[in-house]
Amino acid sequence: MALKSSYDVIVAGAGHNGLTAAAYLARAGLSVLVLERNDWIGGAAVSRSLHEGWTYSNCSYVCSLLRREIARDLDLPKYGLQVIPYEGGASFTRDGDYFAYYSDHDALRREMARHSPRDADAYPCYAQAIMRQCRFIRPFLLRDAPDPASMAPRDLGEMGYLVKKAWGLGKRELGETLRFWTMSIGDFLDEHFENDLIKAHLAGSGIIGTGLGVYSPGTAYVLLHHYMGDIDGGIGAWGFARGGMGAISKALGAALEDHGGTIHRGAGVAEILVRDGRVTGVALEDGREFAAPIVASNMDVKRTFLRHVDRAALPGEFVRQVERFKIRGSSAKLNIALDAMPAFPAAPPHASFLRGDMHCSESLWALERAYDDWKSGRWSAEPYVDMLIPSQIDPTMAPPGSHMMTVFVQYAPYDLAVNGTRSGENWDATQRAALAETVLNQMSIACPDIRERILHMEVRSPLDLEREVGLTEGNIFQGELTFDQLFFNRPVPGFSQYESPVKGLYLCGSSAHPGGGVMGAPGANAARAILRRAGKGATMKGYAA
Amino acid sequence: MSVVTDPKTGLIDGPVHDRLAALSRARGWYGWAGYAAPSVLDTVEFEYFALRNQCALFDISPMHKYRLTGPDATAVLNRLVTRDVTRIRPGRVGYAVWCDEEGMVIDDGTLFRLGAQDWRLCCQEPMLTWLIEAAWGFDAEVRDESDTLAGLALQGPTAFAVLEAAGWDVAALRPFDHAGLGEVMISRTGFTGDLGYEIWMPWADATAVWDRLWAAGGPWGLRAIGYAALNIARIEAGFLTAGVDFQPVHATERLHRGKTPFELGLGRMVDMTKGHFNGRRALAKARPRSLLMRVDVEGFKPAQGALVYHRKRREVGHVTSGVWSPTAKRNIALAHVALPWATRTPPDLWAEIYTLEEGRWDTRMARLTPVEGAFFAPQRARATPPGRT
Repeated sequence: MALKSSYDVIVAGAGHNGLTAAAYLARAGLSVLVLERNDWIGGAAVSRSLHEGWTYSNCSYVCSLLRREIARDLDLPKYGLQVIPYEGGASFTRDGDYFAYYSDHDALRREMARHSPRDADAYPCYAQAIMRQCRFIRPFLLRDAPDPASMAPRDLGEMGYLVKKAWGLGKRELGETLRFWTMSIGDFLDEHFENDLIKAHLAGSGIIGTGLGVYSPGTAYVLLHHYMGDIDGGIGAWGFARGGMGAISKALGAALEDHGGTIHRGAGVAEILVRDGRVTGVALEDGREFAAPIVASNMDVKRTFLRHVDRAALPGEFVRQVERFKIRGSSAKLNIALDAMPAFPAAPPHASFLRGDMHCSESLWALERAYDDWKSGRWSAEPYVDMLIPSQIDPTMAPPGSHMMTVFVQYAPYDLAVNGTRSGENWDATQRAALAETVLNQMSIACPDIRERILHMEVRSPLDLEREVGLTEGNIFQGELTFDQLFFNRPVPGFSQYESPVKGLYLCGSSAHPGGGVMGAPGANAARAILRRAGKGATMKGYAA
Repeated sequence: MSVVTDPKTGLIDGPVHDRLAALSRARGWYGWAGYAAPSVLDTVEFEYFALRNQCALFDISPMHKYRLTGPDATAVLNRLVTRDVTRIRPGRVGYAVWCDEEGMVIDDGTLFRLGAQDWRLCCQEPMLTWLIEAAWGFDAEVRDESDTLAGLALQGPTAFAVLEAAGWDVAALRPFDHAGLGEVMISRTGFTGDLGYEIWMPWADATAVWDRLWAAGGPWGLRAIGYAALNIARIEAGFLTAGVDFQPVHATERLHRGKTPFELGLGRMVDMTKGHFNGRRALAKARPRSLLMRVDVEGFKPAQGALVYHRKRREVGHVTSGVWSPTAKRNIALAHVALPWATRTPPDLWAEIYTLEEGRWDTRMARLTPVEGAFFAPQRARATPPGRT
């Protein structure tokens, strides 16, 4: 489609949230242009083939948080999206044992009892506590976070909803909820379980993507953030997007274009143009300009305001708030093309948990030590790995009989310490190769023959994530999911409703409420906010309205 | 010593029971025409996703199968069913319904034209007497193959790749084609709306065919499934189940439970120009009383068993099949709705959905939006040659 010189809305960045916002806006009848620096769309929800015959989910790798309201509103299945749940998972130990997580309750109970009869008994109580938190939080994901300092009817209404929900919990449960939101996952697990391996297995979701350790306050919420999604209503279930995570972006992009929106690839945004406190459009790196009264930035809050908006156009206090926003890189990633299924000697033949998420950490203290390394600017000597082989379920990812493996690595610092200096620039090919060696060593606890299976491997450091996808410091959530920067404090107090001090400039990425993960909620919520304020009569329709 | 062959009580084994029993971790069996058939082998969820994402094997041998041969076989069938079967050429399969003299549907099924004078009818209900009566006075022979011909349904996006790996080349088969390949006959048919095949063979050969498919299917994610998973897929495809979405009129004792093909949304299957057929006179005069609708149900609670209201007040119908579609990501249902409410615009139809959650019954009204065509109709189901994934 030929590009016009002006649009109703320009979305800067074709990540999954930018595409979601754009699709809703186009569906409401606005003319929408999405600008994407890369030659492909998707941001960190992307599938690329780097070795012929294999497809990687290069960055994000599993799906649960994507709101089904959004999938339904935008009819993503019509554009090829198929989400397939995976079953179970396991943590392997050095002495040749494992703890397996089964979706079948009775199988799980028997497996837990094998490690600790007491923990098997404690698990239903733990699961119930988590599920209650999920039930509490899920309705807020597609709602605005109210500004507690505002007397606007809408804020009062949202605040009333929050108070009503909180009141409905009752005294005891409300206390538990506030405790849960602020405590560490380590403490929470210690309250319920005695077995180290079981605790280590369950703790993983509390630290993924986060610059915090299992005993850092706030990690219980991070775990909740990973559990509050669902697949077809199965809360906490995770799955693969058929064809890799890029299939989500591809479907969103196709929905957007079907509704008349335009995506301009290979078009990096140089500056978001502001005049007299109002946004006027966008200037590209190649000098081309597009005019629009509304710009929604899919970039994180730091990148948006510290790199692409004239600082003179922003209040100093706002700039200081953005500067102190925590967005620390803490994870790395390996994507591996395997010639065949690696052997997992501990697993019984045809163990279903090999089709799930697998780990090699044996205790909370091992995880805490892994965090200690990160604090000192090193990657963990014994990292937490979250590894999956989606090609066992998804036949489109690798040739038959061969496999694709995705390995998420926690922790790896952005500002790597080398020879006494800490800098993202220290991530060179040598350091990446050394990181990969460390990770493969850790993985070989589960699958000792992993090195012999490798045909090709992509190693991604936090710096790679920043450079390729644009996520500041390589933080996968566009900002830490800690209580000080969640809900009405996300990204900064006073600006939790997708707008900014610049009129017409909105945030639609994961820096905004309700935060990171391939959820689409920030994008949908931003579209709703934009339509409400500047929809020219167009309104948001559907389940996310 | 007794001279009686023991008819056995309880469920009996089908042709691949050994294989199914070995895979049955859930031990969920139901009776299908007297055979022990799996409702679920492992988990419904993962069986369903194998069907939609890889491929799934399901034993359809308990279906009733009848062979019609002879110079008048085509004429018999044309008298029996509502569509013009002369348009089904040898090597093709056609969907058909047949009615009683009052135009009420007796059953639906698939017609395989094996040769110029050679047909096979596959259906859910026993139909031998009806077929013999239809053939009275014609030069045609009816033979019941129900217990001698086995069938395996191989359905899903990798189904073609599995057949190819098993050594059966079906690349040239278009949807609704069938062909003999050595000891088996393979048709590109199914009950899922997706890419899929049905493999037909003598009862005694079924286990060997199962093993051959099973050995080939590993790298392609082949999984055996039960009916619960298949049922979700067939609702997504918008297909009807006899006894659920319509009551076969021969099997109802209450009067007026029958439906005409028009009322089931199968008007296109009725050819009033082809000459006489069972029920033609009645259908020529019939005024539809209701319509089987495909509807999108507001919200996320499945509408199975819901009553349907117009403007939330007047009761005008009921949901026969309702499920959350994991593939279409919609809440979908099939519903009988009385006319004229079924065709009004705007429809203003609502389902009263009943929920039981942790010991508490509740109801909620959910708006229904009529949907044309299947809820899920992927391109890959129609491509020839088909894709491998």
